[in-house]
Amino acid sequence: MRIDTRNLPFLATLAIFVVAYALCVSQFPAMLSTRVAMNLLTDNAFLGIAAVGMTFVILSGGIDLSIGSVIAFTSVFTAVTVGAGLHPAIVLLLVLVLTTAFGAAMGGMIHLLKMPPFVVTLAGMFLARGAAFLISTQSVPLSHPFIDALSSFYFRLPGGGRLTSIAMLMIAVFVVGTIVARRTRFGANIYALGGNPQSAELMGVPIGRTTVAIYATSGFLAGLSGIVYTLYTSAGYSLATVGVELDAIAAVVIGGTLLTGGAGLVAGTFIGILIQGLIQTYIVFDGTLSSWWTKIAIGVLLFLFIALQRTILWSTERGQASRRTAAMGAT
Amino acid sequence: MKLRRLAVLSAAFATLAATTVAASAITVGFSQIGSESGWRAAETTVTRQEAEKRGIDLKFADAQQKQENQIKAIRSFIAQGIDAILVAPVVATGWDAVLEEAKDADIPVILLDRTVDSDKSLYLTAVTSDLVHEGKVAGEWLAKDVGTNPCNVVELQGTTGSSPAIDRKKGFEEGIAGHDNIKITRSQTGDFTRTKGKEVMESFLRAEDGGKNICAVYAHNDDMAVGAIQAIKEAGLKPGTDIKVVSIDAVPDIFLAMEAGEANATVELTPNMAGPAFDALKAYLDSGTEPPKWIQTESKLYTQSDDPKAVYEAKKDLGY
Repeated sequence: MRIDTRNLPFLATLAIFVVAYALCVSQFPAMLSTRVAMNLLTDNAFLGIAAVGMTFVILSGGIDLSIGSVIAFTSVFTAVTVGAGLHPAIVLLLVLVLTTAFGAAMGGMIHLLKMPPFVVTLAGMFLARGAAFLISTQSVPLSHPFIDALSSFYFRLPGGGRLTSIAMLMIAVFVVGTIVARRTRFGANIYALGGNPQSAELMGVPIGRTTVAIYATSGFLAGLSGIVYTLYTSAGYSLATVGVELDAIAAVVIGGTLLTGGAGLVAGTFIGILIQGLIQTYIVFDGTLSSWWTKIAIGVLLFLFIALQRTILWSTERGQASRRTAAMGAT
Repeated sequence: MKLRRLAVLSAAFATLAATTVAASAITVGFSQIGSESGWRAAETTVTRQEAEKRGIDLKFADAQQKQENQIKAIRSFIAQGIDAILVAPVVATGWDAVLEEAKDADIPVILLDRTVDSDKSLYLTAVTSDLVHEGKVAGEWLAKDVGTNPCNVVELQGTTGSSPAIDRKKGFEEGIAGHDNIKITRSQTGDFTRTKGKEVMESFLRAEDGGKNICAVYAHNDDMAVGAIQAIKEAGLKPGTDIKVVSIDAVPDIFLAMEAGEANATVELTPNMAGPAFDALKAYLDSGTEPPKWIQTESKLYTQSDDPKAVYEAKKDLGY
């Protein structure tokens, strides 16, 4: 059996996760329970959904820094408008339209103005955060039978774990994300764009449309993530989720996606999210470690993966070069 | 095949969950907001000390000011099957789901220092100070200290709109009510900081004839009072004698000022919220005694006659 070297980072992530979980369980047997497993899904649902959008963006060679602010905006917007008497179903729809349009506009600017995504989405980040503050600086409680029904829905598993609605939504987003990336034209275009924009253009990839669609998707998923966050805390708070975009980027990179684009798997991001959640859970179970160790552990993992990706790139380049010289020698 | 494997796995999970419940000493999880202020760091230190004193195994989780981190920590505590949870909630909203989960798992939750807007049945009790009462204690001290002499007070408020600023102002006004000789002549925000406290005090001194018309300064926290003391000294007056200084919080530095005779009184916002919480918890776990839904901590008054040097020594290593 031959393993595709491009999937090596993903396999490394998976191995790290399994080994880390096993180590955690050997120290705290209670970590092998449905409760902890389901908490990992529920507590990271909003981050996971946003990270799928970030995976697409990074696969295309871009970056989206606006995610955390868009989540905060969504939560405040939802809490305030529902509080004002609009039906939540309408609000949720409205919010998704708004955030998708916001993402599309950023994608359009990136393409038309030939601006680096970093700068455009940085502006988007300030804009969305500012808009959230404009609506309300207070933490706004959200209470509506429709919202309560959504957020309190769960399946009880043996052992006391709860498979919540938001956890299921995250899994669904990952499944759809994987299908889109692997099985659709749009997905193929993203990989082509991230691999090499010039050759993608020569191959007939509609660069502009794809760019707009990528950032629109990221905006949509950030909006969805914001809705999940709102359900998760049943409140809107403009100071919430500061820096979530960075956690999402970390999850994507730990998940084995090349930060320069072109290679990676949506499933890898899922494992990346779980690893971050696992570290946090371990620290709480231990109860004596400073929670800042989470950041240190993630930093170390990031360095490790960037180094791993570099080595793989070099070795494949060298492999290709030696094969080429071998082929030339044969003629 | 896959289905059977799943069934076996979930069965394994279930037995594991059932066998890990056994416990000996009490384990309590504490979800702290962060370490944004000296007072909060002291609260963490004191909570650890109080737990150790009682032989409680304390699991500590710092949320780095993020609610989602607090919710995660509480969920992990529940999954761990610990005996009780202490939370200092970062915001008032959004706790229903996780508190309900704790209740479902029969784990009592005690709120420290701040409250939430959830239903009262979702937590065992809340241990907090009464901000209005703190201001009132400060006001009453001043009223008693000046007696019937006329006294013009300038007030350094906390951050505009914050609940400590609103409540400590209200409480002080209640404390001096009925004493017509005491008047608040100027009141401005010093943002709870030392530098702003000093700046605002300087402008008060200039406006009030170099400070001749000021009899006392009331600061909503000690940090602003320390700034004000600086300003008074620089204006050539003696803080503590020419202008009385009264404030709230009882951080170590104000005791140094009291020792030097430059501050007159402070009202303690005790960092020991965990002590009363642990006591209530023990009574609840041992004999099922339901504590009241609100446990008010003592707002102790300290003056120059309370051996400020000793208090300073006791407080200086708490992490303020």
